[in-house]
Amino acid sequence: MFTGEMGEVFLRSLFAFLLGGGLCVITQILIDKTNLSSAKILVGFVVFGVLLGALNVYEWLLDNFGCGITLPLCGFGGAVAVGVREAVSEFGALGIIKGAFVASAAGCTAALLMGFLMSLFFKAKPKRL
Amino acid sequence: MIEKNEDYRKLIKKHLPRSTTIKNSIFAFLSGGALCFMGEWLAYLYTRLGAEVKDSYLYVTLTFIVVASLLTAFGVYDKIARYCGAGTLLPVCGFSNSVTSSALDGRFEGYVSGVGTKIFSLAGPVILYSTLFGTIYGVIYYFVTR
Amino acid sequence: MRKLIKFQNKNISFVSHGAVGGFEEAAGPLGENFDLVDKTDLFGMKSYEMAEGEMGRLCVNIAMTKAGFKPTDIDCIFAGDLQNQCFASSSGLYSFGIPYIGLYSACSTMTEALLLGASLIDGGHIKCACALSTSHNSAAERQFRTPLEYGGQRQPYAQWTATAAGAFILDGEGQGRVRIKDGMIGKIVDGLTTDAANMGAAMARSAMDTIYTYFSLSDISPTQVDLIVTGDLGYVGSEMLRDMLGEQFPALVGRHIDCGTLLYDRSKKDVHAGASGCGCSASVLSLKFIPQLERGELKNILFMSTGALMNPTGVLQKNNILGITPLVRLSSE
Repeated sequence: MFTGEMGEVFLRSLFAFLLGGGLCVITQILIDKTNLSSAKILVGFVVFGVLLGALNVYEWLLDNFGCGITLPLCGFGGAVAVGVREAVSEFGALGIIKGAFVASAAGCTAALLMGFLMSLFFKAKPKRL
Repeated sequence: MIEKNEDYRKLIKKHLPRSTTIKNSIFAFLSGGALCFMGEWLAYLYTRLGAEVKDSYLYVTLTFIVVASLLTAFGVYDKIARYCGAGTLLPVCGFSNSVTSSALDGRFEGYVSGVGTKIFSLAGPVILYSTLFGTIYGVIYYFVTR
Repeated sequence: MRKLIKFQNKNISFVSHGAVGGFEEAAGPLGENFDLVDKTDLFGMKSYEMAEGEMGRLCVNIAMTKAGFKPTDIDCIFAGDLQNQCFASSSGLYSFGIPYIGLYSACSTMTEALLLGASLIDGGHIKCACALSTSHNSAAERQFRTPLEYGGQRQPYAQWTATAAGAFILDGEGQGRVRIKDGMIGKIVDGLTTDAANMGAAMARSAMDTIYTYFSLSDISPTQVDLIVTGDLGYVGSEMLRDMLGEQFPALVGRHIDCGTLLYDRSKKDVHAGASGCGCSASVLSLKFIPQLERGELKNILFMSTGALMNPTGVLQKNNILGITPLVRLSSE
């Protein structure tokens, strides 16, 4: 069942399910059981992602768990770390300043553009019970 | 007559209903996991459509950002997120929802003073601290590899 | 020192009243009784903030129409809401040209308005007063919590700001059956919680303090009171209050009811700890308790809207949330 290209993808998608799900459970427990605001928890995960990238674990996780690490916000942090590393390798000291935003550029730009576009055509509706 | 501080604090604790954490965690696990599972297959689909493997994950992230933004604008995202909890909060769809919902909200005060000033009000911390720690890492990496 | 304020010079009574609500309120157990509802929550305006002002204006109009009054018949209007600088009240009411006193007491504004209106009438300074308070879920969420389309989860002890308004016209002629006999001004009490979602806990302590002080100053005994009606302690705050009542006034434990538990149906909707907002106690007073008093089903009630004094900045700076509970005694005897 796990042989061949499809098998490899299937295996990785199962691992993605487990890791992604697991990270979400940790988040949920932190939200329910502690007084930490969700903003602080998410910042924690992003910084954790930067740490994973810094320790060279992020790319290994990417190869084996795929979306399980890229979709949760740790992926954002990991991508930033990888981006900074590449920028420093390429530009030297200047890469320190250039790198972080470059890595998060695609995600931030997409979110900004979509947010603005939606605000042009849609209105916020009231919350409901 | 006011209840003594200690007594009142105990009273608060006594009557504070705690979330149904187990149920919430199960939903978070299943929904977060399912999103990552689907994302992985989407990445595979993108590679079959000609994308490089490295880029395919970026395309998946962008897809999630776009879809979450649309669902937010349609007024559906919050209905889903209420049940999924952390399952939609942690993945990048949560980030996209926070940006789009802030933008939609800001519209009442105009595109510059409303949308423009509010659009990153919820997502700001994530961007600031990822940039900050990324830069700190950059400094360390630079000096370590010199 | 806290005083019992008795209204003895005039016969302060309710001439008329009205209640206006939004989508969730129309769907609740009291939905049919509202004088006016708008299920879009916009009331014909472009923003939810302006909609709240419009709700107040419509509500006062309804009360005036029922009384057969024109704006010039009302000597003063006492109004408040949750928006920054009470903007809903001023923006909604300026077109009437009625002399205006703006009040801020969070969700306890209604009782405060009734108390002050009755006081000015009893002192012979004015003949007729109107008391109004409003709240709007969308305006409150935008100001205090998160954007409207944001996908977050609420804590089980969180309350839902009501999109509702209640307006009451009072005078000193005593023609209405329901009288305001006496009252007491609220005192700020530390709620000992920094959790902005747990407002019931922030307010219950001040409610208990007001009840205790009232009975120590008043000739009325607990058994002469049919009901103690609090504003929006919600399910959690109510349990806390009943716990405290059980120690000091066991007779009252079964006589307490909270407006926040009456506006929505917990079995049908994800209500969590109940309704809140200035409009909650104001509308429920008009929808339920004044009619019950008018029919003689209730003889004496203590109407105590509860307020949580806080602002978003204060909460972020980790200040304790303060509570306040003013009181008026309403009687049909």
